[in-house]
Amino acid sequence: MASTLFDKLWNEHLIERQDDHTDLIYIDRIFLHERTGSIALESLEADGRQVFCPEQVFCCMDHIVDTYPGRGDDTTMPSGRDFIVATRSAVAEAGITLFDLGDPRQGIVHVVSPEQGIVQPGVTLVCPDSHTCTQGAFGALAWGIGSSEAEHALVTKSLRVQRPRTMRVRFEGALSPAVSAKDMVLYLIAAFGASGGSGYAIEFAGPAVEALDMEARMTLCNMAVEFSAFTGIIAPDDTTFSYLRGRPYSPTGDALAQAENYWRSLRSDPDAQFGRELVIDCADIEPSVTWGTSPEHCVPISAAVPLSVGSDDPARERALRYMGLAPGQRLSGLAIEAAFIGSCTNARLSDLRAAAKVLRGRRVADGLRAICVPGSMQVRAAAEAEGLDRVFIDAGFEWRESGCSMCFYAGGEHFGYEQRVISTTNRNFESRQGPRTRTHLASPVTVAVSALRGCITDPRDFL
Amino acid sequence: MSIDAFHRCTGVAAAMLRPNIDTDAIIPSREMKRVSKVGLGEGLFAGERYLAAETREPSPDFVLNQPEYRDCCILLAGPNFGCGSSREHAVWALKEFGIRAIVAPSFGAIFANNCVRNGLLPVTLAQAQVEDVADWVLDAPANNHVTIDLDLQRLVAGAISVTFEVDAGARQMLLNGLDAIALTQTRWNQIADFDRKRRESHPWLYQQESSMP
Ligand code: SF4
Repeated sequence: MASTLFDKLWNEHLIERQDDHTDLIYIDRIFLHERTGSIALESLEADGRQVFCPEQVFCCMDHIVDTYPGRGDDTTMPSGRDFIVATRSAVAEAGITLFDLGDPRQGIVHVVSPEQGIVQPGVTLVCPDSHTCTQGAFGALAWGIGSSEAEHALVTKSLRVQRPRTMRVRFEGALSPAVSAKDMVLYLIAAFGASGGSGYAIEFAGPAVEALDMEARMTLCNMAVEFSAFTGIIAPDDTTFSYLRGRPYSPTGDALAQAENYWRSLRSDPDAQFGRELVIDCADIEPSVTWGTSPEHCVPISAAVPLSVGSDDPARERALRYMGLAPGQRLSGLAIEAAFIGSCTNARLSDLRAAAKVLRGRRVADGLRAICVPGSMQVRAAAEAEGLDRVFIDAGFEWRESGCSMCFYAGGEHFGYEQRVISTTNRNFESRQGPRTRTHLASPVTVAVSALRGCITDPRDFL
Repeated sequence: MSIDAFHRCTGVAAAMLRPNIDTDAIIPSREMKRVSKVGLGEGLFAGERYLAAETREPSPDFVLNQPEYRDCCILLAGPNFGCGSSREHAVWALKEFGIRAIVAPSFGAIFANNCVRNGLLPVTLAQAQVEDVADWVLDAPANNHVTIDLDLQRLVAGAISVTFEVDAGARQMLLNGLDAIALTQTRWNQIADFDRKRRESHPWLYQQESSMP
C-alpha cells in the first residue's frame, strides 16, 4: 500500500499497538534543556529510576542563560542559577552529553541539534519543548512533549503516542522577492487558524518547499506547533543530505552510504493518501506581520488590522486592546520601540545574512532598541567570520551570545511595559516577551528594515 | 510515583471561553521559580489574576477571584485551550489550584497529554455544548454544580446531559491512577527486542560522534 512519509516514520518505530488510537513508539534521540530537564531528571531520581540509554540523550543550556557577553551561571532571571546548576549536576550524574555555557557548540536546542547532525532523516526525536517540530525539516519525526513524557522516554526509550492524522500542505509556485519561509507559515496560520493543524502530522511539500534551503525549512517546521499540529515534516532530499555531510554526529564512510540509501526511501509514495490536503499558491504570499496576540492574527504588511472585529468577537477585541490598536489601522508606519532578531525560528546564519544585507551601511532609528541573538555560538562564530557582527553593531544592534534570550520572558530581561517590538520569534502571546510587551511577529528582513525606519516597514520598499 | 485516579467530579465550574488560551497565560514563565513541580498554584493565570504580579492584589474582574468560584474544580474553556509552550507547569498549577477537569472544544496536544499524565481530565465537547453548560452555570455559579463522570463518560449540568469520547488508553490511566512508566515497563521485553533489532538495521544511529570541534 502506498505510504506517506509520516506513515513510514511511524511504522518504522512502532514497537506495538496499545489500543485503537495509541501506539508504543520507539524513541531514537532525546533532548533536554535547563528549564525542564532538571525537573525531569530530579523527578526520575526521586522515583529511583534510571536513564536507559544516556548516549542518545543530549542537553542544551539555552532557555534561561543570559546572553550578555561575558555571561556566567548568574542570570537576570530570578533563581535562574538554580536551574543551571541543577541541570549541570543532574546530566553529569546521568551521563548525558551537555552543550554547556562556554562550549563553542552551545546554543538553542533546535539550532544545535541539526548543526551537530544529531537529528537525521528517519529518526524519532523528542524534547520537552514545543518547538521540537523544527527538526522535522530533516524528515525526522520530531515533536514536543511534557516533562512526564520526557521522563517516560528517558527511562523506557519509548512513548505512548496517539497516532495523529496526516495532512499535506503543498506550497505551489515560487516565492516573491522579500518573502521568506516565515511569511509562508504565517500566511498558512492566518488562512486556516491557529488550531487549523490540530490532530495532524503535517508534511510540507511542493516546489516552493523543495526550493528552500535547510535553514528556511526549519523556520517553516518551527511554527507547525503554532498551527497546533502534532509536528511538521519535510521529505529528505539532496539538500538535506548535503547539509548533514561532515557534521560531528552524521554518519561517515560506508555507514553514510547505507544511511543515505535508507533516507532516500522515506519520501511519500506518489499515490499516498493524506487525511487532508491544503494547497497554497505562493503568488498570494506577501511579507506578513501579526497585529494581535495569536499567530493567526496576521495580515500582509501592506494591509490594515481587519475590520470585522465586533462585540461578537471578544478574543479579537481583547487582542486589540492589549496591542493598543484599532480595527482598520494600518500596520505599515506603526512606530516601534524595539526590534529583536533571535530564537529557534529565525536566528540561523541565513537569517542573519538576510538582515545584515539591508542593515549594511545604515543605522537603526534614533532611540530604538535593537538586539541580535544568534541561534548558537557556531552561528555567531560563522557570522563573525564573514563580518556580520560589525554590520549589526555599526547599525546600532546589540550583538549577543546565544540562547533563547528575549524570545520569552522568564522574570529577567524584557522589553518593558507596553513597548512595541517587532520580532523574528514565533509567539506573540500576551506578555510573552515581557510584562504587557506588544509583539509583532515578522521575518528577519522585515524586522531589519523596520528597525531602520523605527516603524513597521514593508521590506519591498528597500528592494 | 503515584497519580491521583479520576472517576467522578462534581462541583463549581468557571468559564473562560475565549479561544487559544496558551500555557504562557495559564502559568507565566516568571512564575516557574523553582526546580520543582510544586508551589505553582499561586502563579496560575497570574497575568490576569493579579492587578500587579508583585503585590498579588487580586483583580476583581478575573473569574476565579470572584467568591462564588472559590471552590471551582472544573474549567469550561474555549477552543485550543493549552496551546503553545509544552510546560507541564501549566497542569501542575491547575491541579494545585484544585482544578480536576477541563471541558473545551479542543486542546493543545501536548497540554492534553500532560493533563492525563497528572490525573487531570480533559473533556472534549462541541463548542455549542460547552457554551450551553457555561450559560446554565452562569445563572447561579455557586449552586449549579457540574458533574463529570469518567466511568460513564458523561457530563451532567442541570438538564444538560452529554456523553464524551476519551481515548481508551488515557481513560485507563486516569481511572486507575496508573503511572505510564510503570505500565510501559511491563512491555520491557518488546522494547529491548526492538532496540536490539534497530541497532542491527540502523547501525549509523549508534555511531559515536565522529569528530570533536
Ligand atoms: S528560542 Fe524561544 S521558542 Fe525557541 S526554544 Fe527558546 S524559548 Fe522556545
